[in-house]
Amino acid sequence: MKIHEFQAKAILAEAGVPIPRGRVAASPAEARAVAQELGGPVVVKAQIHAGGRGKGGGVKLAQTPDEAEQVASRILGMMLRTHQTGPEGQRVKRVLVEEAMGIRRELYLGIVIDRAAGLPVLMASAAGGMDIEEVARTRPDAIVKAHVDPATGIRGFHARKLAFGLGLQGDHVKAAADLVTRLYAAFEGKDCSLAEVNPLVVAEDGRLLALDAKMNFDDNALFRHAELQALRDLDEESPLEVEASKYSLNYIKLDGNVGCMVNGAGLAMATMDIIKLAGGQPANFLDVGGGASAEQIENAFRILISDPLVKAVLINIFGGILRCDRLAEGVIKAVRNLHVTLPIVIRMEGTNVELGQQMLRESGLNFIAAQGMRDAAAKAVRAARAA
Amino acid sequence: MSILVDRTTRLVVQGLTGREGTFHALACRDYGTRVVAGVTPGKGGLVHEGIPVFDTVAAAVAKEGANTSLIFVPPAAAADAILEAADAGIGVIVCVTEGIPTLDMVRAHRALQGRPCRLIGPNCPGLISPGKAKVGIMPARIHRPGRVGVVSRSGTLTYEAVGQLTERGIGQSTCLGIGGDPIIGTTFVDALRLFAADAETDAILMIGEIGGAAEEEAAAFVKAHVTKPVVGFICGQTAPPGRRMGHAGAIISGGSGTATEKMGAMRQAGIAVVKSPAEMGEAVARLLAVGTRAVASPANTRIPKKRPTVKASVSRETSSRMGTRPARGAAKAGAPGKKQTSRGTKRRG
Repeated sequence: MKIHEFQAKAILAEAGVPIPRGRVAASPAEARAVAQELGGPVVVKAQIHAGGRGKGGGVKLAQTPDEAEQVASRILGMMLRTHQTGPEGQRVKRVLVEEAMGIRRELYLGIVIDRAAGLPVLMASAAGGMDIEEVARTRPDAIVKAHVDPATGIRGFHARKLAFGLGLQGDHVKAAADLVTRLYAAFEGKDCSLAEVNPLVVAEDGRLLALDAKMNFDDNALFRHAELQALRDLDEESPLEVEASKYSLNYIKLDGNVGCMVNGAGLAMATMDIIKLAGGQPANFLDVGGGASAEQIENAFRILISDPLVKAVLINIFGGILRCDRLAEGVIKAVRNLHVTLPIVIRMEGTNVELGQQMLRESGLNFIAAQGMRDAAAKAVRAARAA
Repeated sequence: MSILVDRTTRLVVQGLTGREGTFHALACRDYGTRVVAGVTPGKGGLVHEGIPVFDTVAAAVAKEGANTSLIFVPPAAAADAILEAADAGIGVIVCVTEGIPTLDMVRAHRALQGRPCRLIGPNCPGLISPGKAKVGIMPARIHRPGRVGVVSRSGTLTYEAVGQLTERGIGQSTCLGIGGDPIIGTTFVDALRLFAADAETDAILMIGEIGGAAEEEAAAFVKAHVTKPVVGFICGQTAPPGRRMGHAGAIISGGSGTATEKMGAMRQAGIAVVKSPAEMGEAVARLLAVGTRAVASPANTRIPKKRPTVKASVSRETSSRMGTRPARGAAKAGAPGKKQTSRGTKRRG
């Protein structure tokens, strides 16, 4: 799960990580009031989940409260387009108004899980403000890393390694080590999958501050963090994906026209791949899971076809524990109840496949039967083209 | 021989009395696996579907000589169940549970280092050595005893691959799902090492997916250490970056973990990579017929080891018993007990 910058900063502040003074605002008048309160020049930052906000025009400097109000009125409500939002952009509902400051140095600090090592890894780089993946590709030696063993937790030497690695001196070493330790505590305490401060800055006045912050959380651990669940912003997610999550369906909208419904994530990805190889484009990823009920299949079907781009549907089920007759029952019900007229290609394999196929044949509905994945993909792509 | 599970397997099912636990324990037993015990804390002393239930894994080991564990415990308690199995001296720990918090797995994974046990999964279908033992949730009847090792991060896609092999008369030595999570016990490299050393495995089918770098590491291992032919497929070639495709581990982040990178690394290692999931079985058949590893790259000059042809292996193996052991006295001695949910352990279709 992702959250906004202002929410991440609130979590950091609670953990004792220094952040700039500021507050979130939902209206130009409110932005003006915050600027007034802060005194001096402020930065007005659009709050959307996607990165690249500055380049997209979502971050502006304002010298006076008047100017802060003007800038906020331009940013609030805009469809902000960045390299991460897609072409339609994301609507800005809130801005973060913060004190502006002179900056001496921009650094990078982040924590992720290193899958190969099976451990959290702290990363720091003197090349702050830049895309860390870009730095990792072009100058991997510019990143200082330290793995944290959960048996000991973060220790002083981890933090010092990063602080000295950043080329900090004097009081800043201690301040940075303290900040790293606190960031790690937040990462661990909140079950983050990512905690990133980019940039971490040394301000003109000597302060060390988290100028920007990003936190992603492990969805599997949300059950033990009610406080984080409350931070979810449904407006940042695709409406169909939100709907799917209500039925524990794994749905991701894509932009092709062949809708697919599959059991199992790997098979679902492979089905998308074979649609592409057959010359078509998948409209979505949809994993109905292993133990889907007829009702869940009906819901999955409804979500799938509410995407207006979908011209044909491919159902690919390798039934083991999910029986083909149960699948057929769900699909027949869905097609009847929802009055679906789209062509539907069904490939079923496994438990009770004969019974399932018989049910489909005898339903009087116009299903297209397929043998194997290749045949199924070819038929679905052809049907989508003809539609 | 096969790997990890066979007729010597004595299985304890952790979470036996839950819905999934019961269903799959019985399916394993029906296949011929010796399911010697179940563990559900607080239900020790019961006999559930003819299987003795214990409060702890340690008791199941002491009383029934369990050496392998299959875990159907809800996500919040699953890491604990893994550690309990390791502490009790279980050698092969298979965790089916999906949705375990990553940091729980970080701690468990770290705690298992240096212990004489092997974790498979979590978030995996388990493993099967056809004709010998099934320790997992895969549909038994699509498998056939034989000499191809299958290793995969996925569940149903593995069934698809196995189905394609069996359809062509190609049997399997062991089929192993290593799981779709970011942190897993047994990796591709571990599985490849076991298959490479297994005298009854002639070829290996490896099914990877986007995210992480495990497939690249596997490719490097194959290049350096594996002379048996290897066929590979990577799913997620059309997956958009930054989105988690169902499996927690299946995400392209920061431009790395793409299918293209992985397929490239695998081809370079001499693995016969197929682009289409419909070609996995064909590719294995082709490779076994030719008997070299790198059909896809004729430039590879490595001399393959001598190995039996497909025909020989099939005729030798088809005679072996497959899942015909009678389910032993399914005496309903113990009440199944209160209905217990094990949310998050899934029944893969």
